[in-house]
This record gives sequence, C-alpha cells and structure tokens, in this order.
Amino acid sequence: MDRFSWSNGLLEINETLVIQQRGVRLYDGDDKAKLDVGVALLSTHRLIWRDVKNHECCIAMPLSQIIFFEEQAAGIGKSAKIVIHLYPVPANKEPGPYQHSKYPYIKLSFKEHGQIEFYRRLTEEMTQKRWESTSLSQPIPTGTSPQVGRKTHAVGIIGIERKIDEINTVCLFTNHNRGHQTLCSALVLLCKMVELSRSIANKIKDKQGDITEDETIRFKSYLLSMGIADPVTRETHGSGTHYHLQLAKQLGDMLQAPLEERGGMMALTEVYCLVNRARGMELLSPEDLVNACKMFESLKLPLRLRVFDSGVMVVQLQSHSEEEMIASALDNVSDKGSLTAEEFAKLLGLSVLLSKERLLLAEKMGHLCRDDSVEGLRFYPNLF
Amino acid sequence: MSFEWPWQHSFPPFFTLQPNVDTRQKQLAAWCSLALTYCRHHKLYTLDVMEAQESPMFNNKKIERKLSMEAIQVVFEELRKKGNLEWLDKNKSRCLVMWRRPEEWGKLIYQWVSKNGMVNTVFTLYELSNGDDTEGEEFHGLEDWMLLRSLQALQAEGKAEIITMDDGKGVKFF
Repeated sequence: MDRFSWSNGLLEINETLVIQQRGVRLYDGDDKAKLDVGVALLSTHRLIWRDVKNHECCIAMPLSQIIFFEEQAAGIGKSAKIVIHLYPVPANKEPGPYQHSKYPYIKLSFKEHGQIEFYRRLTEEMTQKRWESTSLSQPIPTGTSPQVGRKTHAVGIIGIERKIDEINTVCLFTNHNRGHQTLCSALVLLCKMVELSRSIANKIKDKQGDITEDETIRFKSYLLSMGIADPVTRETHGSGTHYHLQLAKQLGDMLQAPLEERGGMMALTEVYCLVNRARGMELLSPEDLVNACKMFESLKLPLRLRVFDSGVMVVQLQSHSEEEMIASALDNVSDKGSLTAEEFAKLLGLSVLLSKERLLLAEKMGHLCRDDSVEGLRFYPNLF
Repeated sequence: MSFEWPWQHSFPPFFTLQPNVDTRQKQLAAWCSLALTYCRHHKLYTLDVMEAQESPMFNNKKIERKLSMEAIQVVFEELRKKGNLEWLDKNKSRCLVMWRRPEEWGKLIYQWVSKNGMVNTVFTLYELSNGDDTEGEEFHGLEDWMLLRSLQALQAEGKAEIITMDDGKGVKFF
C-alpha cells in the first residue's frame, strides 16, 4: 500500500477513464487497509481509489508499478479479489496513505462484484500500456525511469536486475500461494518467463565477448530446454543446430532395423513413439524430431523424411523403391479385385495410414482408380 | 433390339468422379459415349436432369451405384463442349441432347433428297419427318426443333432454303 500517493482524482488531459467499480476495499498484502470501502477507478495511466463517503480521500498509483496480477476466487464469506504485485517504491514517489509496507502486493476486494470486468480491463490496459505513448502534463513517478512519458526500456545491469526482481516476486508468490494458483496465473508466469529468456538471450548475443564460453553454453542449453531456439547457432549454422545433427545420426542408427521390419517406411508419429519409448527420460519434442529428420539428406544418412500430398510425414529408407511399392499395390488389388485401405493394411501388416498413402500414390500414377460410395472408399485396378 | 451396356457400366469406379486427371478424361469420354448411344437408342431428344439421375443410364441398381448430381453436371458440361448438348433453361434442369449434331442430320437428309432426285422440290417439315416416303430413314421421327436446326445448317451451307408458308415451314433443296 506504500506505492499509492494522495491524488485529487482528476484525470489528466491525455488520460482516459477505462472502468470504475463501487464497493471495493483495499488490502495491504493480506491485511485490510486502514481505509473504508470505496470506488476503484482504472484509467489508461493509473489505478485510482476514492473513499465513497469522504471524496477528499483519494489515492492513485501509476499502472507502470504493476508487475503482474491475478484473480482470487470468492470463498464462503469472502469476496472475490484481484491481487496486484508491485515493483519497489520509486525514489521520487509523492506521499501517500502509507509510508512503507511489508508487502509487495495489494488486493482489491470486490464487495459488490464487478471483478471479472475490472480484471479484463486491467489486462487490456497492462497489455496495451497506453501510458507509455501518451505523456501526462504532470510528471508521475513511472517506476521505470525518471523520464516522463517516453517509452524507455530499462537497459544494462539495472534492467537485468529489475527482471531478476520480477522473477523473484513471481517465484515467491508462486511458492507461497501454490494452492491458489489458477490457470491464468500459470499463463502469466509463463509469458513473463519467456519474455525474460528472450531478453536475456538478446543480451547474451550482444555481449558475446563479456560472458564466458561455459556460461554461454549453459544458458543456451537452458533456453533450448525451455523450447526457445538458440538465435546464435541458428544464424551461424543455417538450418539445424549441433543438437539436431547429433540427434539425426542417432536416429539413423536407431531406425534402421525397425524400418526394415516395416517394409522400409514408418509414419513420423510412429517414429516419435518408438524413439521416446526407448529413451525413457529426456524425451524428444516433435519439433526436434522433425528438425533432426530434415538433416538426413545433408548428413548422407540412408534415411529420408518425406511428406505426402495429404501432409502425412514419413521416414523411409533411401533404398526403398517407389516403383516396387506401387507395383506390389497393383498386384494386391488386382488379386483381390478391389481393396479398401483397411483391407490392404491388414494384408500387408502396415498401418492404415501408410497403406492408404500407398493406394493414393498408385492412383496418382494411374494404376488404380477409386470407387467412392456410402460403403466406403475402395480401390480397383485402373481398367479405363 | 435391347440396349447393350458398355463394360464400364458394371464397373463401380465408373460412378465415382476420378481425381486422377488422365483417368478422368477416359472416364468422361466413356460417359459421353454412353449417354449419346443411350439417347439415340431410345430416341430421346431432351433430358430432364432430375429424371436422368434415376434412369438406368446413370443409376445401375445391380451394382448399387449411381452418378452424383455433381458428376452428372460434369458429364453434361463435357457433352455441351462437344456440341452434343444444349441447355433449355438457365437453371440447367432440362437440356436438348443431340446424339447427332445438326450438321450431321443435315447431311443425311440432303443425301436422301439427292439420292431420290428430289432436289429443287419443296417439302414441308412434316413431310420430311413423318412422311411415308421417309419411313425407314434415320431422320424419320426427328423432332421439329432438331429438324429445323439441321435444315438451318444446310441453309448455312447453301444447300437449302427454309420457306415460311401459310400453315408452317417448308424447305427447298438445291
């Protein structure tokens, strides 16, 4: 509550009122604030609260003070709340109702409901950050830098420290309130972490010379495990990272036998299941698998990634012959007069997906034609 | 003489519009040929699309297959492009089937006229299509609109002239 400053509650020239809600009580952290129930107002620049009975009692806080916020559901005898986490008090803050507080967060308790809409609007304003583009006539302590109204990014050590602060707050809150975590907060958390990782990745890229090789490698692997591709290696190596190269070689060895068993071709989904089952831990992501498979050709491995017209992706042995496959498909169909994809699959011991692809390929080459009816899709030798 | 169905008519894929372009071309050619020979055999000069869908031509009950409305339209469009079909309405619900094109009819009629030394004679349309003399000729029983077109084709070639008489139309051959 020590982030608030006394205010006259009047909006500035470029400031717009977004939403207001009656029946809001403020909390300093978990404790009820020494204020009554009032009206909470959200503007493009500030969060304002005014006492309902005593209009002179009005406080405001710039939105840039807010790190993040989340909903707290109502309980028995408890109103729904919005919990707002705040940056440390800026040095140039105007005096307010509290000199200091032991809590880095406040709560808005909605005694007369309205929290859903208020939360939605607050999310919008925090996303759009309109206060950054329109300056107010009065200098308002922004909490990011002493400059008024300009869109500034905290740079250098200070920026990184602030980001670390952010993470700490988020982590603390998470640990403290594990039981109350909503899906929403998890998403907010994730967004912040991803944002952080990206910004640090950029800093590393810039300060390449100042950070040790070891730290860099550690950080890059940290990024990779979070699913963010390393920008540096991608640039220097073009397609694929060192990791994918190694993986491709591994796959080359691992898949040889299973492919031969299955007639030289496996759907990528089958490969994914096979490989991850074998690994047990440190599972592959689908993206990593695809990227590794794309490197088969350049590594001169005897495997190929192939995409059918329908979009189905398979891994096939290079020695695998197309003509043979089509000729055998034609033989089988002629033999039986006609076949559906399911019947063909059973005949060959293949998955229905792959057997259908074979039939479609033979049709494309003009060896088969189709009979599409309510009974299903059946393939015949092309007698036309 | 009963109609002889082509082998395709008992082949289920014949009733599915083939996605392979080459196969489709052959399929459509077979359909066009079947449609024309069927209409010729039954002396059908006009077709109603809805009725056609149920006719044995497009609906083979023995193998439980029939052409979809979409496919029928594709076949008809092929026929139209080849000059064998003409739509009677904008909604494409009825059409004229010319299993012989007007020029071909014109040629047949003219051959008969010159073979019988009847050049420079005037005929009424009725005489040509329904007269005793023409019985046994292929163009006997030809519907009026078709006959007229055939004669118009001949007229364009300078081999005939259509005359309007008191009680209808006639034609003089040169």
